[in-house]
Amino acid sequence: MITAAVQQRENYLTAGHGLKSWLLTKDHKRIALLYFFTITVFFFLGGVFASMIRLELITPQGDLMSSDTYNKMFTMHGIIMVFFFLVPSIPATLGNFFLPIMIGARDLAFPRINLLSWYLLVIGGGFALFAMFAGGVDTGWTFYTPYSTTYSNTWVLATAVGVFIAGFSSILTGLNFIVTVHRMRAPGMTWFRMPLFVWANYATALIQVLGTPVLAVTLVLVFAERALHIGIFDPALGGDPVLFQHLFWFYSHPAVYIMVLPGMGVISELISTFSRKPVYGYSFIAASSLAIAIIGFLVWGHHLFVSTQSVYAGMVFSFLSYFVAIPSAIKVFNWTATLYKGSISFETPMLYAFGFIGLFTIGGLTGLFLASLGLDVHVTDTYFVIAHFHYVMVGGTIMAYLGGIHYWWPKMTGRMYPDGWAKLSAGIIFLGFNLTFFPQFILGYMGMPRRYHAYPDEFQVLHVLSSAGASVLAIGYLLPAIYFAWSLKYGPVAGPNPWGATGLEWKTDSPPPTHNFDEIPVVNHEAYDYTSVEAELA
Amino acid sequence: MGPTLPLFPEQASNFASEVDLLYLFFVVVTVIFSIGIFGAIFIFAVKFRRKSPTEIPISTHTGMLLEVVWSVIPFGITMIMFAWGASIFFKESRPPDNATPMYVVGKQWMWKIQHPEGQREINELHVPTGRPIKLTMTSEDVIHSFYIPAFRTKQDVVPGRYSTIWFIPTKPGKYHLFCAEYCGTKHSGMIGWVYVMDPEKYQEWLNGGAPMGSMAEKGGKLFDDLACANCHKPDGSGRCPSLVGLYRRHVQLADGRVITADEAYLRESILQPDAKVAAGFQPLMPTFQGLVNEEGVVELIEYIKSLSPAPGTGAASVNVPTPAGEYKQLPPGMEQPAIGNSVPQKR
Repeated sequence: MITAAVQQRENYLTAGHGLKSWLLTKDHKRIALLYFFTITVFFFLGGVFASMIRLELITPQGDLMSSDTYNKMFTMHGIIMVFFFLVPSIPATLGNFFLPIMIGARDLAFPRINLLSWYLLVIGGGFALFAMFAGGVDTGWTFYTPYSTTYSNTWVLATAVGVFIAGFSSILTGLNFIVTVHRMRAPGMTWFRMPLFVWANYATALIQVLGTPVLAVTLVLVFAERALHIGIFDPALGGDPVLFQHLFWFYSHPAVYIMVLPGMGVISELISTFSRKPVYGYSFIAASSLAIAIIGFLVWGHHLFVSTQSVYAGMVFSFLSYFVAIPSAIKVFNWTATLYKGSISFETPMLYAFGFIGLFTIGGLTGLFLASLGLDVHVTDTYFVIAHFHYVMVGGTIMAYLGGIHYWWPKMTGRMYPDGWAKLSAGIIFLGFNLTFFPQFILGYMGMPRRYHAYPDEFQVLHVLSSAGASVLAIGYLLPAIYFAWSLKYGPVAGPNPWGATGLEWKTDSPPPTHNFDEIPVVNHEAYDYTSVEAELA
Repeated sequence: MGPTLPLFPEQASNFASEVDLLYLFFVVVTVIFSIGIFGAIFIFAVKFRRKSPTEIPISTHTGMLLEVVWSVIPFGITMIMFAWGASIFFKESRPPDNATPMYVVGKQWMWKIQHPEGQREINELHVPTGRPIKLTMTSEDVIHSFYIPAFRTKQDVVPGRYSTIWFIPTKPGKYHLFCAEYCGTKHSGMIGWVYVMDPEKYQEWLNGGAPMGSMAEKGGKLFDDLACANCHKPDGSGRCPSLVGLYRRHVQLADGRVITADEAYLRESILQPDAKVAAGFQPLMPTFQGLVNEEGVVELIEYIKSLSPAPGTGAASVNVPTPAGEYKQLPPGMEQPAIGNSVPQKR
């Protein structure tokens, strides 16, 4: 009976039909799905490039493809994954969908700007894809000068234009989130009653709005030097090549937090729901998101320890980098403490949350190695760095993203997915990930440099392990694509609150109606108050 | 599995064991924290697993003391990490005054190395054990990075400026030399070997080649060919300052600054003479950009370094408006790092 009633009610998916109703939608939930579809395409494209890299590195000789092709592979892997998948990933999909609902709003503050930001990502992605199919780009995702401005003979400008445009997508999303959180909270939804996912996205939005313009400026300068030969970075034109690195990392280090903070927000939700306890140290986790956002702007120079930056600047940046480690540690400790005396269940999203904490812990702790001047001199620009940031970006952000998708899938689609398959793929991903990236820590300390097409024989064993892991990982990523598609048609109907969770998103239908709530809810309890859902659990 | 699976590269420089010890400290901290967190999660997950579908546990209140403790203790540990890492870095950044100078020019995609005795090498570096070696490095095109894993040290090689790296090789052998900063098509081919040799063997190697004269001699020839001596007269009577005894001296500039005449200053003065004009002189010198390549520049620098000051002369002509001795000790916090003249010129 209930099932029938749910299916009969109109929801955001049935509210309009045809392509036009999607491409011109102003509904944040539909825009979230547009993003979801778009970045999924980019994710698998970036994955194809990653597979090519791992295939080439099975043997020490550069025998599968030419050096130029290999250089394009790792460049396009990085550009696609960073700018067109990780940066938009959680905010633009899960954030877009759930941030308004979680604070009891009917939409984001600027629905048209929200749609515009999706179009900007698509247009930016179009430029990047054009560059790739026209011949590719080989500068590395970091575009270091003067290689990118003077020496590379590839499609640097088209790619830079694409990233520039996608940056505005990110800025507009951030702007929208900030205004929405400030202005559109439901009655009773005070700042310290907001779910931690909202706090995390709010902190992320601040970085997006403050940091991304610097990337835009930097790309304009690259454009000016490469296209107009105005000397900015190339010493042959009177420029300073290290200036580029300062500008680039002034955005791109905070961008690491753009990529990982929303994931931390997801984990807070998952840990609470599947242990049925309020998040331990709620205000510390909320404040740590803001602390990360602020301190994250002061540490960019730790990417430049061997760049000819002054010794003293190096020391200041090393010192400050350790400050940013503490808020991350606080989060991990508080999540762990939340489990204490909880009621812990092991549904798929919780497995991803455990995976996140484990991998992010290793990713974070190995970041301490790189912040240490004496160690960084040896391991910077080696596979150690690659392993570290994949533990944070893939082991952290992507685990959180998949955990979030598995958690909110029933809300977004109204359907459950097959839990057994989902748990299996979570396990495969965890194992495959560690097999891929753990050997790279050892490779890095052994001295294997990054971005090498061919390498000395003694590194082969570890590279083969890594490539084997990558093939396991690929299977783990393909499985969800299959069972999620299956669940859209055949999955059991989920009901409004399948997990017994507390957020406002679980107080409305699955899938939610276009305007989210029949009546704007009035919030009269703290976040994660499980006594408020007691009746639903019975 | 392969024949061996070592976890460390060989230790072949004075820094290697220090860096490895620091690394082990980090590994131990990482393992302890990881086991603590994973263990706690595992124990809680088993012990507090859901017993009934309607179970709602009693919520625990956040303990302020606990929050402070688990913020302060990790912070203390990270400060140890910072100080320890910084002290090694500080040492790595200060080549000793008696270090043997060698020169490295990187270009797509090779390393060109020159010894003061005149030997040139490509993608190979021969060094003796037990003696500090200081490499002054620059690039002819894009940014490269000079990396010897067995020495645990690395330094970017940047066009348009000098960077330095130093080490004391400790163990004879053949070690990898890598380019660690992506530099284009053959980045992974910009590799070579470092041969660390016993001092006697190194001397044999030096004698074995038949160099066309030392770097300073070659620089002296270049100095004549480029007619530098027309203006830079040794006795200071020319239109430009005498270069005798200039190296590592403090120079008063026309704009009032005082700088140390290190390799970076000499290079800049050859390629961009107007950038830092010595006080009391007109900016008459033309640029030699394009007339002399980076290898020629380092030969000129070695020549200038070889011009020892004749007692009582020369020095005054550089610091004309400055009372002698006034700038011997730079006040701390000035543009030059306060830790001595030998600090590599970094910006």
